[in-house]
Amino acid sequence: GNWGRLAAQQTLSQDDLLQFDTFGNVSLIHITDIHAQLKPIWFREPEINLGVGGNKGQVPHITGADFRRAYGIEDGSPSHYALSYDDFVALGHAYGKMGGLDRCATVINNIRAERPDALLLDGGDTWHGSYTCYKTEGQDVVNVMNLLKPDAMTFHWEFTLGSDRVRDIVDDLPFAALGQNIFDSEWDEPAEDFAPYKFYESGGVKVAVVGQAFPYMPIANPGWMFPEYSFGIRDQRMQKMVDEVRGQGAELVVCLSHNGFDVDKKMAERVTGIDVILAGHTHDALPEPYLVGETLIVASGSNGKFISRVDLDVRDGRMMGFRHKLIPIFSDVIAPDSEVAEAIDAERAPFANELSEVIGRTADDTTLFRRGNLNGSWDDLICDALIEEREADIAMSPGVRWGPSIMPGQDITREDIWNVTSMTYPNAYRTEMTGQFIHEIMEDVADNLFNPDPYYQQGGDMVRVGGMGYRIDVTKPIGERITEMTLLKTGEAIDPAKTYTVAGWASVNEGTEGPPIWDVVENHIRRQGTVSVAPNTSVQVIGA
Amino acid sequence: LGLGATVVAVLPVQATAAVDEAIAAFTGGAEMGSEGITLIAPEIAENGNTVPIEVNAPGAEAIFIVAAGNPTPGVATFNFGPLAAAQSGSTRIRLAGTQDVIAIARMPDGSFVKASQEVKVTIGGCGG
Amino acid sequence: MADNVKPRVRVPRDATAGEVITIKTLISHNMESGQRRDDDGNIIPRSIINRFTCDFNGVNVLEVAMEPAISTNPFFEFQATVPESGTFTFTWYDDDGDVYTETKEITVS
Ligand SMILES: [Mn+2]
Ligand SMILES: [Mn+2]
Repeated sequence: GNWGRLAAQQTLSQDDLLQFDTFGNVSLIHITDIHAQLKPIWFREPEINLGVGGNKGQVPHITGADFRRAYGIEDGSPSHYALSYDDFVALGHAYGKMGGLDRCATVINNIRAERPDALLLDGGDTWHGSYTCYKTEGQDVVNVMNLLKPDAMTFHWEFTLGSDRVRDIVDDLPFAALGQNIFDSEWDEPAEDFAPYKFYESGGVKVAVVGQAFPYMPIANPGWMFPEYSFGIRDQRMQKMVDEVRGQGAELVVCLSHNGFDVDKKMAERVTGIDVILAGHTHDALPEPYLVGETLIVASGSNGKFISRVDLDVRDGRMMGFRHKLIPIFSDVIAPDSEVAEAIDAERAPFANELSEVIGRTADDTTLFRRGNLNGSWDDLICDALIEEREADIAMSPGVRWGPSIMPGQDITREDIWNVTSMTYPNAYRTEMTGQFIHEIMEDVADNLFNPDPYYQQGGDMVRVGGMGYRIDVTKPIGERITEMTLLKTGEAIDPAKTYTVAGWASVNEGTEGPPIWDVVENHIRRQGTVSVAPNTSVQVIGA
Repeated sequence: LGLGATVVAVLPVQATAAVDEAIAAFTGGAEMGSEGITLIAPEIAENGNTVPIEVNAPGAEAIFIVAAGNPTPGVATFNFGPLAAAQSGSTRIRLAGTQDVIAIARMPDGSFVKASQEVKVTIGGCGG
Repeated sequence: MADNVKPRVRVPRDATAGEVITIKTLISHNMESGQRRDDDGNIIPRSIINRFTCDFNGVNVLEVAMEPAISTNPFFEFQATVPESGTFTFTWYDDDGDVYTETKEITVS
């Protein structure tokens, strides 16, 4: 439907967005997975977000109209636009871009005006994901975030800057760098550079914040970039830390987590005594906290699109009640904070020409997005680029959840391309694989996503494939999910014994060779001029 | 995502007769209980070549560790001396693929207890 | 003999009598499993440390029999009780007959 006109009738105001009756005695402000997006962006929420096992049909694994129904969100409303995928273009034109750290600053300052000792907690995936972040090795984001004065953060993609660089930044960080699960890999001892927790005094309440970094760092990202560290869920140690801070008088225990939502749910079942888990990594935005026993799980989206505010009433060492709001950062409605806006512009100024160069544009029928368990149109475009520029039969692109969207009929700048490709291991490899091996890869990645036990999941999405179709039954065990693999250019079944040329990027293997993916995509888009991506019909999903 | 030229096969490795033989060599074929022993291993190995494991069986004389899917299943035997403060130990092991790691303790009364956990060895996923 | 074999251990310098202490040991060693092949397809012969012992003043704390599935640079962590001041002796036995030892003093009060 066309919600544009209806939407325009619903005027938004900054006051409405920020309206919150201050409650209790403690306020938490949560932002996560910014992925270096300093400026407002378009961001289309997922269309396909499958839950498996006990999480089938549970939040956050519901999308679109089902999601709106679950949370009582009116069709065409600002929340419809911010939280679900459908009618994205029409609603986007009515409501505008989201995010911008200068707008986030306004929201944070506003909360602090009401609750001066509110704690600002950053869930990580902050120093990664843009042209300027790559060129400055994260310094641009660090500088801007410091102005927001966080109280603590935890980590994931930050480590792909390499451990030396991470330590350099952490040494100078004016707030706590937390991760109870970050260990020295040689001696298996807690890593000295990252504290497990930190105490804060807020509203007369002793608050402990325990950090939980991404548990699967050396699996999902190149371990050779940070060999001194080991991670893991380590929920037994988490319990020990919770008991320890309780023993030291913590009245409120907050876990600043980068586990991913389903892992947080399971951890909340296994670890007792955590009052609030601030969830990151899986980029879910939920308008209400999710309750596991007495633990609140708060999910605050990604790319600077949302900030969560959680007010808590803590008395006699117990959380007695809460009030929560997921604040969508409508960039045309929330006034930018001028100091932060200037700082952002200053960080970007040295790169202004490179960032703004127009490489091509999207056709009127094409929205570029990437978010969801299977290929998005950005992924399809990247796979097309790999197949054509690298002369491959099949392309594979990582199932990451970051990367803003591009509206139809919009210029695609270099910045836009880097927003979906920027990383420190960008080489676009070209290699030979047997059909059997391709199948093994598909099965392996599928199990990292669809294993019914969340502790065996890594919170990414299915590897995006170009040039090949397949059928996936998400309910089957490893080895049996992927069938009917077909080479699209011939329509023939993939032969396990035959060898195919595969191009891909983001290999975790050291020494991977090939041009950086952003050059591959830029060349492809330049050649196309106007980019049109047809809906992907080559993946058949069963058991959803 | 860990795709590249030098990845290895990662489907679950099936246990073989060699596993039964290795276990029988330690237990003499005795029945095994499941109480009084813990095995801690990661659900997913960060690196299949160096998987941290921890075993603990209070009062045990010895603990035998088996990797059920390795070509040679035996991994190590911990024999505890008089000055061991606990019958526990940690080490790092190689796993050829996703498989069960098994720990079996021999108790002073000649009985045996067993614990096992599946460890997934993966070529890697993708990140959020 | 294997190259650059270097043992390292972590033992507290002092303890109280009967205290439970944690010991960690590492030794740099390839632990060639005997299952890998070189570029010409030939099996690279097995060469591992096959046994590790820890004793305190001549009394055994731990003995580990090791197979090729123990990772490169073998690591052990375990716990000991120390009845008196004395010396921990750590010994690693290589397939090639070499023996590596390391000692650590501990003062018990
Ligand atoms: Mn993440
Ligand atoms: Mn993220």
